[in-house]
Amino acid sequence: MKYAYYPGCSLSSTGIEYDMSTREIAKVLGIELWEIPEWNCCGASSAHLTDHLLALALPARNLAIAEEAGLDVAIPCAACYARSKATEVAVNESEEMKKTIQEVIERKYEGKSKARALLEIIGESVQGDHIKERIHILLTGLKAACYYGCLLVRPASTAFDDPEDPQSMDQLLHLFGAETVDWSYKTECCGASHETSAKPEIGISILQKIFIAAQNAGANCLVTACPLCMNNLDMRQIEVEKYFSTKYNLPVFYFTELVGLALGIEPSKLGLNKHFVDAMPLVQEVLNRKGGEQA
Amino acid sequence: MKRVGVFVCHCGTNISGTVDCAQVAEAAKDFPNVEYSIDYKYMCSEPGQEMIKKAIEEHKLNRIVVASCSPRMHEPTFQNCVERAGLNPYYVEMANIREHCSWVHPNEKEGATEKAIDLVRMAVAKAVRNQPLQKTTIPVTDRALVIGGGIAGIQAALDLANAGHVVDIVEREPSIGGKMAQIDKTFPTLDCSACILTPKMVDAAAHPNINLLTYSEIEKVDGFVGNFDVTIRQKARSIKMDVCTGCGICMEKCPVKVDSEFELGLAKRRAIYTPFPQAIPNKPVIDREHCTYFLRGKCGICSKLCPAGAVDYTQQDELLTRRYGAIIVATGFELFDYSVYGEYGYGKYPDVITGLQFERLINASGPTMGKLQRPSDKKEPKNIVIINCVGSRDEAKGKSYCSRTCCMYSAKHASLIRDKIKDSNVYVFYMDMRTPGKGYEEFYDRSREQYGTQYIRGRVSKIYPLNDKLIVRGEDTLLSQPVEVEADLVILATAMVAQPDADKLAQKIGIGYDKDNFYTEAHPKLAPVETHTQGVYLAGACQGPKDIPDSVAQASAAAAKACGLLSKPEILTEPIVTEVDEKTCAGCGTCLLICPYKAIDLKTLTERIAGEIVERKVATVNEGLCQGCGACTVACRSGSIYLKHYTDEQILAEVNALCL
Repeated sequence: MKYAYYPGCSLSSTGIEYDMSTREIAKVLGIELWEIPEWNCCGASSAHLTDHLLALALPARNLAIAEEAGLDVAIPCAACYARSKATEVAVNESEEMKKTIQEVIERKYEGKSKARALLEIIGESVQGDHIKERIHILLTGLKAACYYGCLLVRPASTAFDDPEDPQSMDQLLHLFGAETVDWSYKTECCGASHETSAKPEIGISILQKIFIAAQNAGANCLVTACPLCMNNLDMRQIEVEKYFSTKYNLPVFYFTELVGLALGIEPSKLGLNKHFVDAMPLVQEVLNRKGGEQA
Repeated sequence: MKRVGVFVCHCGTNISGTVDCAQVAEAAKDFPNVEYSIDYKYMCSEPGQEMIKKAIEEHKLNRIVVASCSPRMHEPTFQNCVERAGLNPYYVEMANIREHCSWVHPNEKEGATEKAIDLVRMAVAKAVRNQPLQKTTIPVTDRALVIGGGIAGIQAALDLANAGHVVDIVEREPSIGGKMAQIDKTFPTLDCSACILTPKMVDAAAHPNINLLTYSEIEKVDGFVGNFDVTIRQKARSIKMDVCTGCGICMEKCPVKVDSEFELGLAKRRAIYTPFPQAIPNKPVIDREHCTYFLRGKCGICSKLCPAGAVDYTQQDELLTRRYGAIIVATGFELFDYSVYGEYGYGKYPDVITGLQFERLINASGPTMGKLQRPSDKKEPKNIVIINCVGSRDEAKGKSYCSRTCCMYSAKHASLIRDKIKDSNVYVFYMDMRTPGKGYEEFYDRSREQYGTQYIRGRVSKIYPLNDKLIVRGEDTLLSQPVEVEADLVILATAMVAQPDADKLAQKIGIGYDKDNFYTEAHPKLAPVETHTQGVYLAGACQGPKDIPDSVAQASAAAAKACGLLSKPEILTEPIVTEVDEKTCAGCGTCLLICPYKAIDLKTLTERIAGEIVERKVATVNEGLCQGCGACTVACRSGSIYLKHYTDEQILAEVNALCL
């Protein structure tokens, strides 16, 4: 399968592990990623607060380039995905909006190129028996709290998974031998939008609830599909721990990192050594278990 | 010689406010065959009808066109009027210049007048081709069938039986009583449901005019008004009803335990069981899906212990066919399955229950003897959250309609909880409070002021477990801020929905149902208990969400309608039915499939053609069943089936009058 690849701004900076691991596993799974040349900002967090048309037009340009190449777009970041999906839907729903957007971006976008979440694409690509041969290491011992965040499976009308109790990431990890916990915070807000606001204590208390819920559910790590969630859960975990004088010690993974680990890719190539909450002890534990529990 | 009279009605200002009625009457004078034309303020009034009668005599009119309202409104009025003047009633033709003209074109006086003239021109063209039609009579069987033995069915049956008619109640469960038997207390008076229902159940069982057919279902409905031939399947009870004394020893010793349907999974029952101790008839059935004897051929304990020898494993389903004059459908409702609500836990949290489950938990005859304890750990709940509109008024996941009863039963639940557990807190999340019944608003007031229920206006966005509590998160839209309640128990006021097989039963009987599978009444205001199928009436929540007072009122209304039918030995039938031209009918059967009333059948004709005896199939119409909808006439490929009073010739004459 070949997809246009829209990494978005985070994946070359704070979310670089997501980009590294995505490209690595795509190679193994036979997914060809063609990075959209000269891609632009998706407009998340600023454009859609400023101007509705601007928010729809920004992703439209990226989608238009993909459409010219005849490809659907694979989007790792949940925010980029949500904005691009909104554009795709708007163009398909209204001829008038389609015309307006095409005028703004001075390109043709007919709504044929679809915005697709990377989680959905990877989930599809591992279906069938062929994947069993590719698994090098079973992720036994991982008790993952899958954290989908607020954007990935919303709004309900366009969601590729259940918006209240999504399962796609859980099912993906089960396939590679990890356990996932049943918990109620899968689609809660991670507080990312409060990170930059004047009231950081709101974001901190939101994060605290997530960590406690994950621990209560028996998880030993969090798994996400969003660079903003990762930022908050991973980078700010120490801050939250300090604020409440406690320790959670919950490593946070991108689902792509865990898939890569199971496919036998070296941890450093996946960026697993780049985390704020040290993920390597847990990774090492998985690798050491019965000599890696060869699958 | 056809001599047409045209009578244009002003309907006060309803028509004349838009249409120039005098101009219409004047224009009509020039139409072919029109001998007389006049306009008047109220044609349907006594002087208006007198005017028509007089004109018929003076001008020797033999066809009448009334340009007024919808024929649904006053066609019978004018038919009776001309009949009194000595004409066949089907010589009247209505031109609807109110609903079809003045009301829909209020701002286009000129155009509306022109359209009214056209409508009259068409009616005149049809009237001259109208044929005299005769009503016929059919006999009426004085016996009624009530389908469903809940409160609506019981009330309808009692009313009919007291009026002297024989009634059969068919109930598919082993006992009559329905949903009301599960309820603890009833709003707005808080009298105990069982105390007002069970005496009626006993009355129904003991009434000489009522036969109970429990554990039975409708298999097939044939026939028509006055003469419905209904096949009823009496499911094998595995108990000889005439021998069983109802002692209950069999139920005590049966080794199989399964979830009780009546207790909604909150308690167990045996494989041989009665749904509840006050069941009527109070004789058990064997649930063959779970009975060890039926599954493995061993056990037989109930048979060995029965002192009367009433257990009979060899019983078979029996089919019974009876003729009824009228049918009352009172099949009730089901509760919305809230497991589509992920935010409320998909039905996974044991301490999130439905309102009906709560009725069982607080009921003195329920699994806890009325002691309120939550299902998970049997602890007494202190903080209780009630959520209204779960599945109602929610097009995204549930139904678009309001279930009408939930605001009130939630207020009742809150009052009952506060009454039993004095130090409890009850929170009701609501969208709007709807309390339109007599004494309902006062009841709601009491639940707040006397019982201290706390009402929070807003939707609940999420329920999730935390330790042994349930965190209920929502928005208080009056304060515009999020709220969280730590609850021990959450009660969902789930929507009332149609029975899951409501559509199948409707198809068997030949009645209509709406997008939500509730049965459709003939007219929402003027015929609320009738259906479009003559002789079939509706009672209770099968027609739409209803509380007990409304169900009982509608049941009595349906019974009164059925009495009106059954009290006469024969009835007149409408002659506007279809007829088959057997010469050209090819017997293809397309009309059979299209007929919504199952009024068409195929019959075999034996003919002599060129010296040979030939058999062929042709369609035949049962005039008792045909409602004159005309669907078959357009489906017929060879044009061999036509509707009297609306023949192709008559319709084409109208079209020609308009277009040529």
